[in-house]
Amino acid sequence: MKRFAGRWATATVFVALITFLPSAALAHIVKGEATGFVSGFEHPISGFDHIVAMIAVGLWGAQLRMPAIWLLPVTFPLVMAFGGFLGLIGVPLPGSELAIALSGLCLGAAVLTEFRPALWVAAILVGIFGLFHGYAHGAELPPGQNALLYSIGFVLATGLLHITGILIGILHRWPWGKIVLRGAGAVVLCGGAFFLWNALI
Amino acid sequence: MRKLTPRDTILPATTVGLAPTVAQAHLAATGLGPAYDGISHFALSPEDFLPVVVLAFFVGLRGPREARLVLTALPPCWFLGGFAALLDLVHATVVLAALTSILFLTIGGALAANAKLPTSLSILVAAALGTVRGSADFAGVHDNLPNIVALLGICTGVFSAFAIAASVTLPLQRLWAIIAARVSGSWLAALGLLLAGWIWRYGALASR
Repeated sequence: MKRFAGRWATATVFVALITFLPSAALAHIVKGEATGFVSGFEHPISGFDHIVAMIAVGLWGAQLRMPAIWLLPVTFPLVMAFGGFLGLIGVPLPGSELAIALSGLCLGAAVLTEFRPALWVAAILVGIFGLFHGYAHGAELPPGQNALLYSIGFVLATGLLHITGILIGILHRWPWGKIVLRGAGAVVLCGGAFFLWNALI
Repeated sequence: MRKLTPRDTILPATTVGLAPTVAQAHLAATGLGPAYDGISHFALSPEDFLPVVVLAFFVGLRGPREARLVLTALPPCWFLGGFAALLDLVHATVVLAALTSILFLTIGGALAANAKLPTSLSILVAAALGTVRGSADFAGVHDNLPNIVALLGICTGVFSAFAIAASVTLPLQRLWAIIAARVSGSWLAALGLLLAGWIWRYGALASR
């Protein structure tokens, strides 16, 4: 008991002293950097139209199985970054909002119907949608951020959304999981229809 | 309740004694010395760290011979690039930032595609990476002894990170693990493209 009380007292003193530690812990925050990473990370996950499309890519990849399950997530960030590059350098790409809305609609329909085109067709389809998604991000990039950290956050968030889709796509192994995935495709399809409606009116 | 003995206060006293007045994670003035400053600079600079690790993944997938050859080329070229900058032969320009983005694209693209590059080309890419990033790290810095030691510290970090990452990749057999490595290449290439766009749009502002 005495030993326990002694340790308790030690811990109390320790905690009390810890509270006197300086509050000015300036770890890693170089001006602008944290904002750059956080805002870059937030960008792809700040719009549901982007989220559903990117998760749908992962879901569709899982349904198409090998090699699409890895080809699509490897291809999509590259094409999306190319779209971002076009947006950044100011190349006009009209109808990007319409194409983004259509991407949700088409990818949702593909997941819902377990559409199995040739691999190159799937890659081109995903690539075109990725281009428009990236373009929209690139054209909207705010000035004055740390370019590298912003880009790291942006690419990381995009990749994590794909991985989320692929992980959900593991359900495809089981019969009930296939139904769940098709249901998810229906949700993405409805979301795409909603976004398309908003883009048109 | 037992009285507190001196032994009970050792841990709190030591903790408080070692506590910094301001936590300076970048080790700019910790007193640990320039070598550790160099190592920490490398570890905390994603523009240095990421391409080295991705290049290590790439050559790791090519086998131990290629990994060893690239390992022998990368740190010396990094040192040469840094030393040239210390001698004021290289200046911090938007060109260095543009070359960095091209190298990101090249290295990341090669890994994403699992390209079967000739060993000489891999070494050339490693040499270019070392020279460009070494120059960028020390552009505008004076050539005094602590800075040369810091450069050696960075080269040590480059060597260690490359060796560890390549040795992790060498024994990869499972397909999903190789795919994960290739996805990291795809992400680096995507970073390179975005950086190129930033540099195009904002010029020197993007190369901060």
